[in-house]
Amino acid sequence: MVNHIIIKLLYALLSLFIVLNIGLMLNGITRKIYARVNKRYGIRFYQPYIDLVKNYSLETLVSHGVMFYLGPLFRLTSGVGMIMFIPLIYGSEMFSNFSFSGDAVLLLYFMFFGTLGMALGAGESGQPYSAIGVARGLGQVTAAEIPLVLSFLAVFIQTQSLSLTEIVGSQQGGFLHWTMFTNPVATATAMLAYLGSMMRSPFDVVLAPQEIPIGPPTEYHGAFLGVLSTNRAIFTVAKNILYVNMFFGGATSWPELILKAFFLYMWSVVVGTIFPRFRVDQSIRWFLKVPLVLGLLSIILLQIG
Amino acid sequence: MSLEDLEKRTVYGPDNEEINVDPLQDYYCAATPEAKTEAQKGTAPIIEKFANWARSESLWVLAYGTGCGAIEMRPLMTPKYDAYRFGVQWRPTPRQSNLFIISGYLSIKTLKIAIRAYEQMPSPKYVMGVGSCTINGGMYFDSYNTINRLDHYMPVDVYVAGCMPRPESLLTGFDLLKKLIKEGKGTGADKYAKEFEWYKGNQKKIIKNWDMPDFNW
Repeated sequence: MVNHIIIKLLYALLSLFIVLNIGLMLNGITRKIYARVNKRYGIRFYQPYIDLVKNYSLETLVSHGVMFYLGPLFRLTSGVGMIMFIPLIYGSEMFSNFSFSGDAVLLLYFMFFGTLGMALGAGESGQPYSAIGVARGLGQVTAAEIPLVLSFLAVFIQTQSLSLTEIVGSQQGGFLHWTMFTNPVATATAMLAYLGSMMRSPFDVVLAPQEIPIGPPTEYHGAFLGVLSTNRAIFTVAKNILYVNMFFGGATSWPELILKAFFLYMWSVVVGTIFPRFRVDQSIRWFLKVPLVLGLLSIILLQIG
Repeated sequence: MSLEDLEKRTVYGPDNEEINVDPLQDYYCAATPEAKTEAQKGTAPIIEKFANWARSESLWVLAYGTGCGAIEMRPLMTPKYDAYRFGVQWRPTPRQSNLFIISGYLSIKTLKIAIRAYEQMPSPKYVMGVGSCTINGGMYFDSYNTINRLDHYMPVDVYVAGCMPRPESLLTGFDLLKKLIKEGKGTGADKYAKEFEWYKGNQKKIIKNWDMPDFNW
């Protein structure tokens, strides 16, 4: 029993390492594509690795108190926690990590947990831009979370299960079995809510380059920033994997997983390239209009159908 | 910020509780910087070498233009010069950048901000002086309102000469700085800490209304 748990833990750490690499490569390749579209040569695709090493090798100067230390740690916990409890590869016992029968609810909790931790940490730094960023971020994430949870509820009702493994299992046997085709309204809701948490335009009012310099992490430097960017790589991929599992039939191998995660990520990139930034009141209003109505519709349709 | 903001004072909370505020103690770190010896770094030389390589290949520039040279930095982000391919990126906050480009003349008013920004950057940090104004004052050599030699006020790693230097010269400057960092010679922060008194003396000589702490992290 103990041996079994240790082996599972080792495999979970291995998958964490793979996911970190996927996240960093995804970041680098996206910025390279962006540059090429701008007719620039662009950064080297491995630049995120160098930045990460450099950030860890810088001196850590100031602290603003206990929460300032805990903020990045909470953020990292949310990313690592998601990977620990998410079934990555369907049918593989080892890469199912620590998934259990109610893991989908826990993952929803983990998604919000990091934002709260960051809000507490950045709030203590005393930097006015951080406070503005945090206030905007919490408002926007909360507004995006409502349609997200509604769409997840629709899938839970449809499959009568809270277990991601079972939800993926019910989508096997051809792509027409994916939730994307069996429940298109819920998928559309989730895809719109997805944009709200990707920190990309039109919903990048939290970081808001050129307006409030970079929002919440203004005071974070050195190793703190290293932890934050590590989490950013892990968390993005974790969220993509959760979506792949919920709506796009999961994955039975690593290449399939990477391909699906990449195209899902590109959805936010393409939208971000096309649309300019919303103000925070506009974005909250938008989330409470279209996605919320779609989310309610997806649940009502299930009751009728 | 004015001098009055730095004075000790008592404020009252919502329940009439007394709160004693001492801004110099509460908001700033009173300790002066210390130069790090080899023992304090505590890492094997090979790791230090690797870290230096990473630092040199990932230069995050503090996007703060002081003089007319700031206009020469903009083309570096465009397709024609594209400094991103050399690992040079722009950051909006001093906490996250490790290269400070002083782009041209520094008026006394701006010098104050530049010193604060420089002290807030995490070490190892580097300074690049752009244009002849930072070397000997350039065309402002006898101005009442600008400084003449930048390295009297903060340690400079690389100078890029010209009035103004073209973006290509800046790229050459980045290359030179990278070479220095890889050789382990990018120790401006240690120099600043070692000769702290001298630098502070110079700064205070020129800034008449010194209304900030001596060292602000």
